[in-house]
Amino acid sequence: MNGPQLLQQHVGKLATTVGACYPGSHAIFRGQDLHRDLQSLDWVDLYVYGITGRRLSAAQVELLHAIWVNTSYPDARLWNNRVAALAGTTRSSANLGVVAGLALSEAQVYGGLAGMRAISFLQMAVRRAAAGEDFEQLVLAEARARRIYGYGRPINSTDERIPVVLAIAKKLGLDGGEHLRIAFETEKVLLPHYSQLRMNYAALHAALIADMGLSAREYQLLRIPTFMAGMPPCQVEAAGKPPGAIFPTPVSGVAYAGVAPRPWPGAESQK
Amino acid sequence: MSSAPAPSPRDLIHTAIWNEVAEADNPFAAHTALCRGYDVFGAMLGKARWIEMLWLLLRPELPPRAALDTLEALAVALANPGPRDPSVHAAMCGAVGGSTAAASLIAALSVGAGRVGGAREVHDAMSMWQQCGADPQAWRSWAAPAPDAAIEVWPERAHVPGCDPHGVSTPLPVRQLLAAAVQPGGGERAAWLLANLDAAQQKLGLPLAIPGAAAAIFCDLGFTPQEGEMLYLLLRLPGAAAHALEQSAGGFKQFPFYPVELQEAA
Repeated sequence: MNGPQLLQQHVGKLATTVGACYPGSHAIFRGQDLHRDLQSLDWVDLYVYGITGRRLSAAQVELLHAIWVNTSYPDARLWNNRVAALAGTTRSSANLGVVAGLALSEAQVYGGLAGMRAISFLQMAVRRAAAGEDFEQLVLAEARARRIYGYGRPINSTDERIPVVLAIAKKLGLDGGEHLRIAFETEKVLLPHYSQLRMNYAALHAALIADMGLSAREYQLLRIPTFMAGMPPCQVEAAGKPPGAIFPTPVSGVAYAGVAPRPWPGAESQK
Repeated sequence: MSSAPAPSPRDLIHTAIWNEVAEADNPFAAHTALCRGYDVFGAMLGKARWIEMLWLLLRPELPPRAALDTLEALAVALANPGPRDPSVHAAMCGAVGGSTAAASLIAALSVGAGRVGGAREVHDAMSMWQQCGADPQAWRSWAAPAPDAAIEVWPERAHVPGCDPHGVSTPLPVRQLLAAAVQPGGGERAAWLLANLDAAQQKLGLPLAIPGAAAAIFCDLGFTPQEGEMLYLLLRLPGAAAHALEQSAGGFKQFPFYPVELQEAA
């Protein structure tokens, strides 16, 4: 069935399997009583369960915490954080500032889209390598056809987060997955041809989560809070400074390269 | 303090749109603001149409009057998607819950950004026009997701962009919008669509919807898919704002909450 008949079936009600709240009584979260059955979950554990309907192991949840902790940078120059700070300096609401920063974080150059492309590549590479394709040819063909996300970094090619998080993954016994192995193998193939394409955090992040069994679309949801902890400090500091004191731009801070001054059409005839 | 600090050359904002001259006593206050060379406050106010200002923000030169009239007609058509539209519904949810005005508009933008009835659909339809021209058969092939296409933040396309996936026939407002766009400017895509609506529907299996008409008109006006996407987001906000304000008066007690049918989790 499709067309208006399909829509008609859904009018005036919410049919759902993911949950509902019954104010004054209880709430169901993916089939379980939130206040009775899920009290042992920490927030990240619950968040992943909400996305996938599956529970991760305690070690995997701990690794997710580490992945997020180690990329929480309270630097208001970073574009997404800058938005949170600008909201603070204009005395907007803290919530609006952080939400806008999160919206920006689904970015191609550094954020969510880069991560999605990285996990998508790694999952494809693992699949095709397992099917017997020549790995080096596969990687180089992909690099020639389009950018391989997760390699190279816009500001500095060395990624300081990788050794820290790798050590934690090793401690937790989560450094032996196939996607992580392929991520490093990809770097080995790329570097002789593209010296700037060192593996970055997006590839590590994506590989570790692919090894947890999440799909690219699940990863899109999972990584939403990735940069969030860096934003409130930027907002708080900006809100504590004089209004407008974060990145104030004088008129001389704008370089104009457009049409020269000219009269508005018709202005002469209206005089 | 009146002297301007000297920003590093690498920290300048570069623009070909906006040029300001500072007040003599304050480097952070504009004495004059020029848009594409026109003095906004000294010459445009009271003389320029809003749609002319909008055009100049996107293009260095004003178009013929017919193009402005077409864009203005489209802006009127898009101004209010109506309270049944998900983007307006989202804005109203902000209002009835006592959220901020900005939250209501963010809600409208986010919900109205997507591939079904939203701005990304307009972007897709404009890209399709650019690559396929007036060829519904080619549209069907173009719209099918390519197996090796790079993943995007948007879900995969599931129908030919610009069409109503649940539609039966082309609604009257879609025909009226195309007719209004054809009259003043004579855009070739809008004219072709208007003349071939039923034949195109037969080939596509779906009728044209407002985003498809808007995409054709934006293309006729010379806008890029990126510009069309942005304009579609922008031009639909007035209705979201108005309906949010209206619902804030009535509050959540006069707003649907819907019964829930909780089914067993898979």
